[in-house]
Amino acid sequence: MTTDWDVSALLEVMARDLRPLIDPEQAAMIGIFTGGVWLARTLHAALGLQQPLGQVDISFYRDDFSQIGLHPQVRASDIPFDVDGRDIILVDDVLYTGRTVRAAMNEIFDYGRPARIRLAVLVDRGGHELPVAADVAALRLNATAGEHIKLRGPDPLRLELEQRSPQP
Amino acid sequence: MSATTFRFGEGNPQYDAQGRLRHLLSTEGLRERELLQILDAAESFLSIAHRSVKKTPTLRGRTIVNLFFENSTRTRSTFELAAKRLSADVLNIAVSTSSASKGESLMDTVNNLMAMQVDGFVIRHPEAGAAHLVARHLGDSALVVNAGDGQHAHPTQALLDVFTIRRLAGPIEDRVVAIVGDVLHSRVARSQIHALSILGCPEIRVIGPRTLVPEELSALGVHVYHDLQAGLRGVDVICALRLQRERMESHRLPSLDEFHRRFGLTPERLQWAEPGALVLHPGPMNRGVEIASEVADGAQSVILQQVAHGLAVRMAVLTILAGAAGGE
Amino acid sequence: MHRIIRNIRVMDPGDGFDAVTDLAIADGRIVARRPLPTDFTAEEVLDGSGLIACPGFVETSFQAHTPGHGRDGDLASELCAAVAGGVTQVLLRPDTQPMADTPAVLQEQRVLADRLALAKVHLSGAFTSQLQGAALTEMASLAEAGAIAFGQAKEPVPSAALLRLALSYAADLGLPVLLHGEEPELAAHGVMHEGRLSIRLGLTGRPAAAEQIGVQRDIAIAALSDCPIHFPHLSTAAAVAEVAAARQRGEPVTCGVSIHHLLLTEQDVGFFNLHAKILPPLRSTAERDALRHALATGVITAISSDHSPWGVDREGMTFTQAPFGIAAVEWLLPLALRLVDEGVVDLMTVLSLLSVGPAQALNLPAPSLAVGATADLCIFDPESYFTVEPARQWSRGRNLPYGQWELRGRVRYTLVEGRVVFRG
Repeated sequence: MTTDWDVSALLEVMARDLRPLIDPEQAAMIGIFTGGVWLARTLHAALGLQQPLGQVDISFYRDDFSQIGLHPQVRASDIPFDVDGRDIILVDDVLYTGRTVRAAMNEIFDYGRPARIRLAVLVDRGGHELPVAADVAALRLNATAGEHIKLRGPDPLRLELEQRSPQP
Repeated sequence: MSATTFRFGEGNPQYDAQGRLRHLLSTEGLRERELLQILDAAESFLSIAHRSVKKTPTLRGRTIVNLFFENSTRTRSTFELAAKRLSADVLNIAVSTSSASKGESLMDTVNNLMAMQVDGFVIRHPEAGAAHLVARHLGDSALVVNAGDGQHAHPTQALLDVFTIRRLAGPIEDRVVAIVGDVLHSRVARSQIHALSILGCPEIRVIGPRTLVPEELSALGVHVYHDLQAGLRGVDVICALRLQRERMESHRLPSLDEFHRRFGLTPERLQWAEPGALVLHPGPMNRGVEIASEVADGAQSVILQQVAHGLAVRMAVLTILAGAAGGE
Repeated sequence: MHRIIRNIRVMDPGDGFDAVTDLAIADGRIVARRPLPTDFTAEEVLDGSGLIACPGFVETSFQAHTPGHGRDGDLASELCAAVAGGVTQVLLRPDTQPMADTPAVLQEQRVLADRLALAKVHLSGAFTSQLQGAALTEMASLAEAGAIAFGQAKEPVPSAALLRLALSYAADLGLPVLLHGEEPELAAHGVMHEGRLSIRLGLTGRPAAAEQIGVQRDIAIAALSDCPIHFPHLSTAAAVAEVAAARQRGEPVTCGVSIHHLLLTEQDVGFFNLHAKILPPLRSTAERDALRHALATGVITAISSDHSPWGVDREGMTFTQAPFGIAAVEWLLPLALRLVDEGVVDLMTVLSLLSVGPAQALNLPAPSLAVGATADLCIFDPESYFTVEPARQWSRGRNLPYGQWELRGRVRYTLVEGRVVFRG
């Protein structure tokens, strides 16, 4: 089911909240595949960041790799700037358990030692399983386990809410 | 499917009962999407080599055994490095093949290692079918990667070659590829031919003397040439093969010099192919026999890139097989 | 012991008799068909309804690893397998451990075989010392020790000169010689048929031409000596044509084929299936079809199971290391019935190819179910269907590619000289 949330409006909220937190000369942005990269493209332009946009595919870092195996479509992670000492904005679409963010941070640290990482998400749906919190979230919900929130895209971007029966 | 219930002739042992790729034994019979998945994953791994920490946690806690019944520095070390960069523990075992009962020692060695709960085997063996035998025996209990079995197959070498071609020569669907040298005895060539066919290579040629490139090879879907000049015309990619000295002893060639005179890749002969045609070689090279140093070290040679690609491809293969093993 | 088998369809390829009848058996012989003499009383009456009786089968190539180390089967296990397959006479191959090239080995085989009293065991002596084709064996002494034939098992005789002398020497004794016709250097180290699949698998092949050349040469040399020769397992159309031409010329040459070459092809090697590794190797479909044709036209006169058991210890070997051979004597008849079902030959012809043909090749009395004939019988149920389970066979060999094949024609009884040696 497509929701009536307006993704462009939510993106504007994200950009507005991020602006005071960063220095566009120095800060760099990394999107997490797939949804995070879509959002990051818009935010990167809106914030006028000088460093090129980075992207990470966390497939090789997932803590559930041994249960689910490799995603059939793996994209190359690409961080085209020096991570050491940098302020990084990590962008993802939906913050749920926090495991994806943890995997992404693990991967970023394999590139170097950033000065700081901020997390910006479109939706923080609650249900965190790790001590991970978003610095910026355009939408904060308290979704139940049966509700599945997904960003579809890239053109147009829309948020879908799906009701799934709980796993047996 | 357990090892005890397996029956011969039931189908390709690199797949499990659900049709998932559990072992990599040969490029023959791979599905195109599986091949592409390996190549795409390898692209991701290629970038890791340029980071400060060249490791991912993907196979943390798993143990991979390099079980080599044949000497190999390059293949063994790239598999070792690949597994280590995936955070796996690696055990290197070199087994002498001089013992009288080779077959029994192969299975006994595998059983002993399985008793230590290892997760995967990378096997090189001088006899065709050795990796199949082990894969059949282990079933789903551990992954097996064939790192070369006799004259049969060397799938990861072929995968890194097609990966190299795809990266550096463009889409395989419109590239003409020639394999030059001792195709008959080459596990690399066999695996290359299957991988290229699956990826839609429109024309694969094999070039060499009839004693090393018999007409029967056309059964593999290749065009057979016994003349280097004719064979190289219009070719975008040239894969040279290592010429083994045994071929002289078995009277397939009168001398190395004569082979070089007829089929050695020299700068002048490179002109017969398309301008800028890529030159690949699986190594180790016999300089001045199948390939002249000017070509091996020249601008069209991508032999060192192949080595870097080999690492990424082997990381991809181990990751995909290990991932399938977890997806019960 | 007197026995009556009632209401049984008797198929006797010896004289072409095919009808439902009763058989009376006494003192090891068939004494009457229906109507049985009114005064004939039997200790056992078997109901033959729905069953077929035919002469017991004669196996020209039987490896029982006796003498041997026993890991791959011995005379007891393999003869049990033979009678379970309706085979009543076997010729032991000389490639035992040690080889049957001295009278002592044959004497040992004789003693063991007599003690078992299952199928009739015929002995063959090695045709050349150690089967190496380099020196004659003491053929007269071997004949005295009971050899009814001389054989080379799976070894060619590389020297044409020695082959000529050995055949001439054997001709004095009037015993047939079983040859493996293959040009040794052309076939060297090959583990399967040289063709598309050997190229794919990177395995060394044995070209079909090696068999053609070997058979052609052996026939030409045999013609110099008048010695009867038999090729128990040919695999190529060209070699069979050489035999056909020799027979046209009136030379004493016969040939047989293994049931495996009639049912399987090189494709059965699949992904290194050790159980499809035999000698000569499984060939192309065209060769298989040519062999079937030669069967139908009477050029090939015998079908063999080429019984070569290998125990479980051999399973962990690579294709190159694994020994050649298939152990399937128990399923010889059901496998051969496939040829009937596929319209290659009729049932009577198959029964002849399993009994009369091989007996002729070995110069044995023609098997028969006529009154007065020795009561060597196979009684089978042509309509009983079953699935082959290699783990449950009598033979100690586990090397057969027929696991899970659906077959018909289970053997119900095997009689050797009137004694029931197998009940299925």
